[in-house]
Amino acid sequence: MAHDLGFWVLQALNALQLSMLLFLLSIGLTVIFGLMHFVNLAHGSLYAMGAYVAASLAAVGGYWMGFFLAPVAVAGVGVLLYSGLIRRMRRAGPMAQVLVTFGLIFALLDLTRIIWGDLALAIDVPASLSGRLTLLGIEYPVYRLFIIALGVAIFATLAFVLGRTQIGAMIRAGVDNDCMAACLGINVERLFFIVFCVGCGLAGLSGAVAAPLLSVTPDMGLQILIPTLIVIVIGGLGSLRGAIAGSLIYGFVQTFGAVLAPQLASVLIYALLAAVLVIKPVGLFPAKG
Amino acid sequence: MLDLKDIESGYGETQVLYGLTLAAQAGRVLAILGRNGAGKSTTLKTIMGLLPRRAGEILFDGKPIATQPYDIAKSGIAYVPETRDIFPSLTVRENLEIAAKRFGGTDPDWTMERVLDVFPRLAERMDNGGTQLSGGEQQMLAIARGLLMNPRLLILDEPTEGLAPIIVKLIHDKLQDLKSAGLSMIIVEQNFGFATSLADDVVVVSKGQVVWTGTPEAIKADTEAQHTWLGV
Repeated sequence: MAHDLGFWVLQALNALQLSMLLFLLSIGLTVIFGLMHFVNLAHGSLYAMGAYVAASLAAVGGYWMGFFLAPVAVAGVGVLLYSGLIRRMRRAGPMAQVLVTFGLIFALLDLTRIIWGDLALAIDVPASLSGRLTLLGIEYPVYRLFIIALGVAIFATLAFVLGRTQIGAMIRAGVDNDCMAACLGINVERLFFIVFCVGCGLAGLSGAVAAPLLSVTPDMGLQILIPTLIVIVIGGLGSLRGAIAGSLIYGFVQTFGAVLAPQLASVLIYALLAAVLVIKPVGLFPAKG
Repeated sequence: MLDLKDIESGYGETQVLYGLTLAAQAGRVLAILGRNGAGKSTTLKTIMGLLPRRAGEILFDGKPIATQPYDIAKSGIAYVPETRDIFPSLTVRENLEIAAKRFGGTDPDWTMERVLDVFPRLAERMDNGGTQLSGGEQQMLAIARGLLMNPRLLILDEPTEGLAPIIVKLIHDKLQDLKSAGLSMIIVEQNFGFATSLADDVVVVSKGQVVWTGTPEAIKADTEAQHTWLGV
């Protein structure tokens, strides 16, 4: 199979775009997991909720209204989830947390069905981001380039906040050792609440930006959950580096696997996952060295 | 300054402290001695709110102590744990700043410059990762971090454990300076000589209770107590 340069560029951009979407989802999940050892399987449902809210708002006030308000709305759902359920589950142990958040997936799934129905919703790419751009000899949709740029921008912002600011140092200290962080006067629980809401907001944002690419269906949250979990297991729990590395690995293996070895594509990522678990069970870049 | 009355506490189902009572006086150093498993570290963790108290009362400056570790820390108690608990994801500088920036206030006693004067070794390693340090440097960092909280009471759990004799001497001298400066301290220690040379008051803990109270001179003279409670 001979391919020209354009083909590789196109696939690389597709892979990057998928990676960035997964990154937006996995970063919230992995930091919540790392900071409080809390397993939130319903994270994917928040992504679906972001897509639905964005679709509904876009129908009323255009794409950008959905883009900006869906993350806020989903962060609001996060506040409710936290104060109603998760705060009580903090000391319940992983098994109870997995069961409750797994149940939450179905509760939220049916909630979206009741509110929005079973039919797939569509949402249009905004005029300013529609069309294609010629790049290195290929034409590529502007909207997908926008997703890549957004992912890079969010990564840079988080890298700055986590790596260079006092609150970032507090979050890293909390991930390293929550008891000692508390003994330094840090209210780790409140820090967790903030991180949880930001993570929910980012899940909502990724749902909102994914919505124009996919059809918005109730089960999209379930479909994205497994890739997100694979990303954080490969990348290692609790770290920004792990989330971006895992996302890139997943995006590239999945995309290039599908075009180069279609018959292997569906098992390739699982084989990689198994290999990581055998060779480095804590993942490539875990927060706790 | 800190009064523990009839404390019962432990880990999960396992009770370790059975009605422990002791008092630490302001401006003095209290050493808590005892064999492994006697309940010394459990006492400190209970003071810091890291272990739930099942019964008893803890008063700090005559008022009931806060329940949450972060409120206890803010009320003026700094804790240097046995495991040092340096944050591995933070540089030495960040490990210090996380205390300094939160407890600095307007005119703090302890500033970055001052702790680096006390522990110049740390100044050379500011941009190293927290766990790239040797055991002795980690202990210095843990104490420096505690001092930057500008505490009224400094609690140290086995500050000499696993350290080379020359570092033990250095830590001893630094703690002696802090004592002379009037800082109140509670020290849990297996090293009998180290503890008795620093302390103003000594309590001995066995099976979760205080079994002996007195001065360092008295415990040094009381070979029977040493034999019975400490196995020295």
